[in-house]
Amino acid sequence: MTFFFPTGSLRAFPSRLYPDYKSTVKRAPTKPLVTIPHTLSELTGPVFGHDAAQPGDEDLTRQHQGEPIGERIIVHGRVLDEDARPVPHTLVEIWQANACGRYVHVVDQHPAPLDPNFTGAGRTVTDQDGTYKFITVRPGAYPWGNHHNAWRPSHIHFSLFGHAFVSRLVTQMYFPGDPLFPFDPIFNSVTDEAARNRMVSAFDLDATIPGWAIAFRFDIVLRGRNQTPMER
Amino acid sequence: MAAITPSQTVGPYFAFGLAPNRKYDWKDTFGSDLVTPDAAGERIRIEGRVLDGDGAPIDDCMIEIWQANAQGRYASPADMRPRPNTAFRGFGRTATDADGRYGFDTIKPGRVPGPDGEPQAPHVLLAVFARGMLRQSYTRVYFADEAANAQDAILALVPAERRATLLAAKSAREGRIVYTFDIRMQGDAETVFFEI
Repeated sequence: MTFFFPTGSLRAFPSRLYPDYKSTVKRAPTKPLVTIPHTLSELTGPVFGHDAAQPGDEDLTRQHQGEPIGERIIVHGRVLDEDARPVPHTLVEIWQANACGRYVHVVDQHPAPLDPNFTGAGRTVTDQDGTYKFITVRPGAYPWGNHHNAWRPSHIHFSLFGHAFVSRLVTQMYFPGDPLFPFDPIFNSVTDEAARNRMVSAFDLDATIPGWAIAFRFDIVLRGRNQTPMER
Repeated sequence: MAAITPSQTVGPYFAFGLAPNRKYDWKDTFGSDLVTPDAAGERIRIEGRVLDGDGAPIDDCMIEIWQANAQGRYASPADMRPRPNTAFRGFGRTATDADGRYGFDTIKPGRVPGPDGEPQAPHVLLAVFARGMLRQSYTRVYFADEAANAQDAILALVPAERRATLLAAKSAREGRIVYTFDIRMQGDAETVFFEI
């Protein structure tokens, strides 16, 4: 199957310059982007075998001697293309803060404890139906220096590939009903409300495991439509 | 139809998850050395710095590259032509250091078909991700010493006075071929980025 990647779909993405998020001011390109046709270079992308993720890489609560502190959660969903078809065998990578809102990254100096039983990184490959599942702990909110009293809503970073290098996506999954949403310029850089809400996971009682972990569902739609003669 | 999920920044803390590089308790999926033992072609290094609008190094940047092999074929199901050296995957990922430097060891790609069926000049796709970037920016690394650049259909779409920002300069260091490709996010010599 061959795919095409309408650039019009990119209107759902944030602008590269969003001054409320101050780091964009010196880092967003200022000259017009050059529009080019998609050649084989853009329409191809890396593929992943079973070596890309090892069994257990999807369980962030089992990477150390003990279990991490925090609210154990299941995060699962499907990776789809713009025709709502599953994207099978594609790599999904995540990284996140611990339950206290602290990252293991050396640059993070937020005075909240590190958890010796939690690194906060995971990866998996979608199955034939495009489904994926992680087990982790719910990340905490954390302060940052963008503006006075700035706090990031709880989120899990996602990195995905899809069918081609142009479908490459890095995004963040948020949790439903977070009171910090109105104040977060990164979340609000997606100015269309419907598009913004596509970054918010849904509480999933059906996938919740009684007595063990609550579940959140997060479906991800990557660029790419089926190339059919009608659409040429 | 399904509407796409919007992009968000990788933020300042991606390295431990996406490019741990043995500094964190997590395994790297990808690295900056793309060369496989069976990969035919000319060994090269592509390196440079990433600079912001003040000319300051961006030290928390992730760079990814995607390229064809020396025969001009992609290790991807969307490239249906046969591949002579199958172990070469053509994808690399790295993070910039404190000076904003990045580098990849790879092979020089061959020519791949362009929009009109004519071969494109050899090039590498490059994507830039960082804190302060709400989505990745795409550019292309071309090789300054390639005569084929003059006929490249994509370079022809770039304003002539900006084309030089896409040309990596060739040099030799300790017997190795090095192509230098600095990435300037802003300024007079701002790198050309593509809307793809």
